[in-house]
Amino acid sequence: MSQLFKITIDGETTEVAPGTTILNAARQIGGSLVPPAMCYYSKLKGSGGKCRTCLVEVSQGSEKDPRPMPKLVASCSTPIMDGMVVKNLTSPKVLEARKGVVEFLLINHPLDCPVCDQAGECHLQDLSYEHGAARSRYEEERRKFDRIDIGDKIQLHMTRCILCYRCVFTADQITDKRVHGIMFRGDKAEISTYIENVIDNDFSGNVIDVCPVGALTDKTFRFKSRVWFVKPMEAHRDCPKCSGKTVAWLSGDEVYRITGRKDKYGELEEWICNDCRFEHKKISDWVIDGPRAIERHSVISLNKYEKGIKVETPKKIGYGNTR
Amino acid sequence: MEQTQHQFQFSEKSLKKVQEMKTRYPEGKQKSALLPVLHMAQDEFGGWLSAPLMDYVASLLDITPIEVYEVASFYSMYNLKPVGKCMFEFCQTGPCCLNGVEELIEYTEGKLGIKVNQTTADGKYTIKAVECMGSCGSAPMAQIGTYYYENLTKEKIDKIIEVFGQPDFDPFKKYSI
Amino acid sequence: MATKLLLEHINVPGIETYDVYRSKGGYRAVEKALKTMSPDDVMEEVKKSGLRGRGGAGFPTGMKWSFLDRKSSNPRYLVCNADESEPGTFKDRYLMEKNPHILIEGLILSSYSLGSNSTYIYIRGEYKWIVGILEKAIAEAKNAGFLGKNILGSGFNLEIYVNNGAGAYICGEETALIESLEGKRGNPRIKPPFPAISGLYNCPTVVNNVETLATVTPIINMGGDEYAKLGIGKSTGTKLISACGHINRPGVYEIDLGLPVDEFLNSDEYCGGIRKGHELKAVIAGGSSVPILPAELFMKNAAGEARLMSYESLSDGGFATGTMLGSGGFIAMDETTCIVHNTWTLARFYHHESCGQCSPCREGTGWMEKVLHRLEFGHGHMHDIDLLVEIAGKIEGNTICPLGDAAAWPVAAAIRHFRDEFEYHVTHASKVKDSRKAHLPNYKTATV
Repeated sequence: MSQLFKITIDGETTEVAPGTTILNAARQIGGSLVPPAMCYYSKLKGSGGKCRTCLVEVSQGSEKDPRPMPKLVASCSTPIMDGMVVKNLTSPKVLEARKGVVEFLLINHPLDCPVCDQAGECHLQDLSYEHGAARSRYEEERRKFDRIDIGDKIQLHMTRCILCYRCVFTADQITDKRVHGIMFRGDKAEISTYIENVIDNDFSGNVIDVCPVGALTDKTFRFKSRVWFVKPMEAHRDCPKCSGKTVAWLSGDEVYRITGRKDKYGELEEWICNDCRFEHKKISDWVIDGPRAIERHSVISLNKYEKGIKVETPKKIGYGNTR
Repeated sequence: MEQTQHQFQFSEKSLKKVQEMKTRYPEGKQKSALLPVLHMAQDEFGGWLSAPLMDYVASLLDITPIEVYEVASFYSMYNLKPVGKCMFEFCQTGPCCLNGVEELIEYTEGKLGIKVNQTTADGKYTIKAVECMGSCGSAPMAQIGTYYYENLTKEKIDKIIEVFGQPDFDPFKKYSI
Repeated sequence: MATKLLLEHINVPGIETYDVYRSKGGYRAVEKALKTMSPDDVMEEVKKSGLRGRGGAGFPTGMKWSFLDRKSSNPRYLVCNADESEPGTFKDRYLMEKNPHILIEGLILSSYSLGSNSTYIYIRGEYKWIVGILEKAIAEAKNAGFLGKNILGSGFNLEIYVNNGAGAYICGEETALIESLEGKRGNPRIKPPFPAISGLYNCPTVVNNVETLATVTPIINMGGDEYAKLGIGKSTGTKLISACGHINRPGVYEIDLGLPVDEFLNSDEYCGGIRKGHELKAVIAGGSSVPILPAELFMKNAAGEARLMSYESLSDGGFATGTMLGSGGFIAMDETTCIVHNTWTLARFYHHESCGQCSPCREGTGWMEKVLHRLEFGHGHMHDIDLLVEIAGKIEGNTICPLGDAAAWPVAAAIRHFRDEFEYHVTHASKVKDSRKAHLPNYKTATV
């Protein structure tokens, strides 16, 4: 095999395979130096490059050509070079730009976290907490859309959408007859089916899990509980359609919702089918394997488990922390 | 009555043209003809693209309807709602403003009794304000149908309204104003 | 002394037809190249000519061609960017309408050099009638044996097709153009890979502007070295400038690069001076995206030297005191112009044209437009002015494609040079309100 490339990010050096992006190299190192990603999703072909939250500074292009790159680059879509030196949290330019991106993402966001089911596991919430300003300077009217149902189990609340395109890539990946997409353009762009249409596919529920914000939510869980009041448990069942490996969110013996299992970057380990997600809401439907250590969101993980379950408390909220 | 895609059928000539267009691109890349075919559809079927008409275009190019909706809603020249046969598309970008297009738009609005993005009750005229048309040296201007009408004045607007309101007005023809 | 290469025969009646074009020496360059030169020879001449991309970026054309992946087993494509949409720019339209064959000839030469057997002209949708003009010229050239199979017995095959857009400035960006040509939304691609490696249908592709490709014709006729003698320094050759605004003679002019701006603005051969009874206030020298300059900084650089119409002279002083030659869209404004109003209309343009893919541009262009609208109509605050500078700064350099920069620069430059006018709109708000008829405190931009 070809030799590995050396890359240094925020002073930490590692070796990765050629063709790896800066973001994935950072994820291999792990920890707080991993840039946040709102649109990139490693399992979705074509995703990334859009949200600009993962911008980093390349202070040395490569060993051979040490010149810095003139602009900040999207770490999710920039391949590493041998001897590249990258600055993320150590670059004031990056922090400033990221603050700008967060502000942009929020100007048209309704900030309706108190009534949003995503609160507590929302990537935009985390990002704003970490990089945002306390007050918005935006005085103008915000973009608004009507809520629409795309099928009887999924609700699209376009007003909250940050146009990451993940749900569109998901549909492209799980079906050859995608019925929703991006309509219009600029800040009038919206996720839509254009004509009234139902996203009807055995795996369509996964769009809920890939959505980084509360734009796509599970109607069967709507307003039932705050995510931090329910306990995530690893569960499985024999499913003819998918692996049947899920997370069951319990309150006592009641199954409040079923989601896929997400890794520490909030990405699904596997797609799960709608049957598992929406139709099996009895505790007897599932074999409970034990508590799921939710690795990313402190608010869910904290004070939830008995001693002995390995849930680290991070010193600082970052995007690569193991919680 | 609700439209369906089956009520649309290009003329023989147009169908031939679509077939020819598909051969301009490598095999399997016939989607490349989408923008030109949407223009043809809009021109042939009343100046706007209804969802069933877009479905018809999708079937001609063997692509999914959503691919057509995404594209049609992206580009500003596709009308997703009915428009008048005489559609003023005034350029409202910087250079045209320097030469008084705003006053002219207002004049046209007053004369037709409608605002920008509206169509007259008789369905004859629509006013739109669009962005730079590449006619900055002959501003103010408006595109109506296929052609540009440049160095516009109130007098020219009067004449356009009169001539283009006639039943025999053909938006694909150039008129000297 | 002005050299006319592209516009030499522009006023010859019938020059848009093959017969007249041919009688004026047309297609001689194709004969020369296909009979006596290799594809690499053609590229060598283009390199020697020092020709730089005429669409706005000014990147050396020969170098761009040399990046094309010639080892790939995939077909290679040349795409002609006729999506001219930069406000103030209408030179490509003029050339295509008046002398389409010079473009077709340039396309044949360039396709031969790059090894493209299917070349596409992507023309903006609004130029509907020009599609017919180009298709007629293509048919005539084919009829005369300059297109089709085994052209002039060289073994080289070429078809040229015209594909129209449908109203999207962003499709002037080369990867958005490629997407659009593939029948998709005009969203710029994330780079790398660059089109030279993976462009149209994921094949190696070169995208060049109309004027750039048309210029290959005189370059092959006269030789790259001769062409490079025209112009000044690294700004070789001639350039089409489309002039508009408050001048006596708006139109398209071919200038030798290096022409003094004073001569361009005031000579009767070109703009013919500012309209009677008025004086020059500001200039946008190269299309709306480039920084606006006040008259004195446009006429002379910060060191007091007369400026020239060249890439280097116009950019002298950087953005602090300079601007760019850009696409050659020259907009002159006299003292009646309200800079706040002008800046707002340009911001509205970029807001309308943002594709919406990346967050800084999608959200930032709309935000700037709304703040500028408030200022323009007398509802602004003093802190809005700095807010605009900051929004522009947060967009610039942080977007997928250059549209973000293009939206940010005009706003930042207008405030840099005309801050007092923005302040006036705050301090004299009631006066401004009175003079503006529209009054929309909560401004929403028109929907599509």
